[in-house]
Amino acid sequence: MSIWEYANPAKFMRTTDKVLPWLVVSATICVLGGIVWGFLTPDDYRQGSTVKIMFLHVPAALMAINIWVMMLVTSLVWIIRRHHVSALAAKAAAPIGAVMTLIALITGAIWGQPMWGTWWEWDPRLTSFLILFLFYVGYIALWSAIEDPDSAADLTGVVCLVGSVFALLSRYAVLFWNQGLHQGASLSVQSGERMSAVYRYPLYLSMIGFALLFLALVVIRTRTEIRKRRLAALQAQEARA
Amino acid sequence: MIALLLRDLRLATRAGGGFGLGVAFFLILCALVPFGIGPDRAALAPVAPGILWVGALLSCLLSLDRIFALDHEDGSLDLLATSPMPLEGTVAVKALAHWITTGLPLILAAPVFGILLQLPVHAMPMLVLSLLIGTPALSMLGAFGAAVTVGLRRGGLLLSLLVLPLYIPTLIFGAEITRRGAAGMDVATPLVFLAGVTLAVLALIPFAAAAALRVNLR
Repeated sequence: MSIWEYANPAKFMRTTDKVLPWLVVSATICVLGGIVWGFLTPDDYRQGSTVKIMFLHVPAALMAINIWVMMLVTSLVWIIRRHHVSALAAKAAAPIGAVMTLIALITGAIWGQPMWGTWWEWDPRLTSFLILFLFYVGYIALWSAIEDPDSAADLTGVVCLVGSVFALLSRYAVLFWNQGLHQGASLSVQSGERMSAVYRYPLYLSMIGFALLFLALVVIRTRTEIRKRRLAALQAQEARA
Repeated sequence: MIALLLRDLRLATRAGGGFGLGVAFFLILCALVPFGIGPDRAALAPVAPGILWVGALLSCLLSLDRIFALDHEDGSLDLLATSPMPLEGTVAVKALAHWITTGLPLILAAPVFGILLQLPVHAMPMLVLSLLIGTPALSMLGAFGAAVTVGLRRGGLLLSLLVLPLYIPTLIFGAEITRRGAAGMDVATPLVFLAGVTLAVLALIPFAAAAALRVNLR
């Protein structure tokens, strides 16, 4: 029993068939629970009710970065071990990541207008998220531009590797270019807690919910891709016969 | 390798090679900016370093698809791939040829266009120096983008979408050097960063570009 067994599309389909309903239900419960619980928290003494957008903004931003990392890992698995499911999972994850980045940017703008007095500021965090969004767009566009699925997987894989290096490089290059307005991380593993428990627990729930939501969506989309691949194979077979 | 370099240079400089188009585009861009933001010296001088660098980026972009597209069409790219020279070397030579035909004229023309944009004269050495260090990275990253999109019919637009985000670090440090040069500040830190980015790109990107070419020639 090893993780590579799931590289077999049939095995992947069988397993996700059983897991998917649980994933969808738990994601719905956690996301709704986190956001509703977050909405019922008391107003912050300085930020007022605007603090409640955090329960959408922070998990979306967290997932936006982690989805790119997941795409990097699956692209590497495809390039090294040539497992088709892996490449399809990277393809399936990209639009979700782009939407998460967009959610983070838009909720940030909605929060920034009353708090910072501006919709947009060329702050390093905001700028690097915009750059991340551009990388997502380029990646998705490349997938849709190439017809041959294997070449598309290879080329997008290479672009994902190079893009990861440059996304990271840009992240620190923009620090050099402009010092920021965005507050530092409110949650961190080392420095202890800087956030009241009233906000912390709904935020944790919301983060778990977004992670589960991503898992559910990426599994659904990967299954669709596998089915599309099978359909194409069947049609090719029929055309030959 | 030298033969390939000379061949690419000859192809680019002869009729239909598009040599000098990049510089002409750069000139038009620099001429359009004052129409957009007004002829005022006080308004132009602060944005001049950024405009010059963004202009160099866009002019560089203009000729990128030529790096591999023509050779791919007439099949000589397949010959190059099967030749004893490693594909990584081919990529590096082609990027060098692109830099000589596009980057170098831009660098030589940049001070003149700087005058058009009211860039202070004492900032010119820094402008030229930053372009000299930065533009090889632009050509190499462009070669990577061209290698990825070489087989595509409408690759041009996609090429810019893929390549421009990769230009961000170079642009940040390059424009910063010019800005600091104009303000008379110390430029050592961004200079070191820019050189670091360029050297890393020159060392690593040929492998990525060659991998992409191999996929496209399969």
